[in-house]
Amino acid sequence: MLNALLVMLAIAVVLGAVLGFAAIKFRVEGNPMVDKIDAILPQTQCGQCGFPGCKPYATAIANGEADINLCPPGGEEGIHKLADLLGRDFVPYGGDTAPKPKSVAFIDENNCIGCTLCTQACPVDAIAGAAKQMHTIIAAECTGCELCVAPCPVDCISMIPIEETLTTWKWKYPIYALSPVPLS
Amino acid sequence: MRQLFKFHGGVHPPINKKQSNQSPIAQAALPSRLVVPLYQHIGNRAKPAVEVGQRVLKGQLIGMPEGNLSSAVHAPTSGTITAIDMQQVAHASGMTDLCVTLIPDGLEEWIRREGMNYLAINKADIRFVLRMAGVVGLGGATFPSDQKLRPGKHRIKTVVLNGAECEPYITCDDLLMRERAEQIIRGAEIIRYVLDAEKVLIGIEDNKPEAIAAMRLAANASAAGAGTGTMEVIAVPTVYPGGGAKQLIRVLTGIEVAAGIRSTDMGVQCFNVGTAYSINRAIAHGEPLISRIVTVTGNVGQARNFEVLFGTPANELVAQAQPLPDTNGYLMGGPMMGVRLPSEQVGIIKATNCIIAMSDALFPPPPPALPCIRCTRCADACPAELQPQELYWFAKSKNFDKARKYNLFDCIECGACSYVCPSHIPLVQYYRFAKSEIWDQESNQKAADAARVRHEYHEFREEREKREKAEKLAEREKAAQAAKAKLVEQPVNAVSAQNADPERTIQLKIQTAIENAKQQAATITPKNTEQLTPEQQAQIAAIEARRTHIHELASTSVEANTKE
Repeated sequence: MLNALLVMLAIAVVLGAVLGFAAIKFRVEGNPMVDKIDAILPQTQCGQCGFPGCKPYATAIANGEADINLCPPGGEEGIHKLADLLGRDFVPYGGDTAPKPKSVAFIDENNCIGCTLCTQACPVDAIAGAAKQMHTIIAAECTGCELCVAPCPVDCISMIPIEETLTTWKWKYPIYALSPVPLS
Repeated sequence: MRQLFKFHGGVHPPINKKQSNQSPIAQAALPSRLVVPLYQHIGNRAKPAVEVGQRVLKGQLIGMPEGNLSSAVHAPTSGTITAIDMQQVAHASGMTDLCVTLIPDGLEEWIRREGMNYLAINKADIRFVLRMAGVVGLGGATFPSDQKLRPGKHRIKTVVLNGAECEPYITCDDLLMRERAEQIIRGAEIIRYVLDAEKVLIGIEDNKPEAIAAMRLAANASAAGAGTGTMEVIAVPTVYPGGGAKQLIRVLTGIEVAAGIRSTDMGVQCFNVGTAYSINRAIAHGEPLISRIVTVTGNVGQARNFEVLFGTPANELVAQAQPLPDTNGYLMGGPMMGVRLPSEQVGIIKATNCIIAMSDALFPPPPPALPCIRCTRCADACPAELQPQELYWFAKSKNFDKARKYNLFDCIECGACSYVCPSHIPLVQYYRFAKSEIWDQESNQKAADAARVRHEYHEFREEREKREKAEKLAEREKAAQAAKAKLVEQPVNAVSAQNADPERTIQLKIQTAIENAKQQAATITPKNTEQLTPEQQAQIAAIEARRTHIHELASTSVEANTKE
């Protein structure tokens, strides 16, 4: 009886030590889920989800504090991917968020007064310009987050939807016109 | 007799080549206007090199290649540029792109052409000449030829010249080989020389006996002349898509180009016969690529091949083959892989090998698609050894990751699967849809990754700036306090109640700042006034003298004014 107990106790101690060692040795820093979620988010850093950027939103999702349907730039596809990753059901857009066409910001350079407010607002440093100098958008780097539109004191920034070109054109999903069957 | 190999699958659609290969190549009439797109090749769009209103000569550069992967565009005839604007182009999307509109003057006045002996110039120059001559692959992919002739990681041992022309209706390569075999062989010799390849295998489907004979004759003559015997013309069995690059390489060499690698990794490079012809024209005759052979066939009275200037409106070209009245559209390319032209007026481009006039009788609208019955006939027909039925399901349900895992990108869109499908499912359309969606997702992902990096750097920068500001502030405070302490410590400087006065400290600070500035100014000596020549010193002296004179004048006049 006592022997059996001692054996069990010894096994428990050994296994506990192994587990404890493994926990230290193979410790994962941070929450890996956050990075996985962050990889799906479109990185516009627009804050339309109510969080100050994509990473904070990813953290909130990982902690179960936010729903997965708050990201308009990610589109329905993004929600699908998040649902797959997290093993949840697809949910349509929540709140007042809705997908928008992809756009880039455009500065009307005639009206720009060079106040630098937009450059400070840009989360990806996609606006070139200095104090009292004309500013301009580096279109290739612009994520279309619209964060620069509100701070502009002279309202010279507008969002221009990206038009489809020959190189970005996509083949459409095959659909067939239904032809009416003549009544006999 | 060379041993030939087989590729998996393939189909035998009616070839319909007799209609157009009975008469020789005709020179197409000069059209009323030419609309030449600046984006006719894989890579970057060429930049306009002419202005509206300018008169250009035949063969003059109108589009400058931009970036590594790009090609030049030339004026197909002499005339006046009337517009450089967005116009509809020969593309499945029906979208517009930057085009140069040229009104021909009918003089056909050439630029100065100068042929070269390719053996006398170095290989990099040959590639440059081809790039500036706008030579691209004429088999349909329009990949810039100079890029294909670059030495890569692997040495090219075998050049495969593709004269298979497996697609029904099309006979442009057939006629080119019959009539201009010698020049094709010369082009092939240039390709072989530039790539330093051991041999050139010319594959031609055995339904073109005249072309095979002509090419054999030319190859033997050339090989005898050069004493190399490196050219071999090989008749390959007629089976669609035997003219696919990977398929032809497989048949001729037995090499299977695996998924995800290129034929160049296996030491094989493939060129179309038309491309070889253009390479010879560009190098040996100094002629840029401004025209090509186009088969005009289908619902026309007189189907034949024409030598057509790029930019010729499709309807003006087809008019020369007497289209029948019930023609209801044009197909660019063959019936298996071709795309319907968005309008009848779009210009012929480098990729246009064939224009088929369509009618309901010739190409009845496809019957409605029925559900897939999983008969796997498509899998039997697929030359890329894919599972088309699986890909279809994945594309249909937009399960793109899975489609990718099933090697969707090995699909060459030949249409053999759709051809055999008993349910008439337009399978290729699904694959094209899935491919472009995946490309789009990929570019979005790239953009997102770039944005993430930039955002992280942005945050790091903000953090750093904040820290630096705080550090600076702390340092200043420290300095101020030290100064204060100094003042307190030195009673010699008549520290009194006055010094504690804040205004006094500010003045002291200002004074120290001024002194510092003076000291700095004294220590900085202008560098560019050292080691001057006597003349420069004399000049400086003269300027200084003038300056003092002006100063004197100014001060005297001021004095005079004050006196008054």
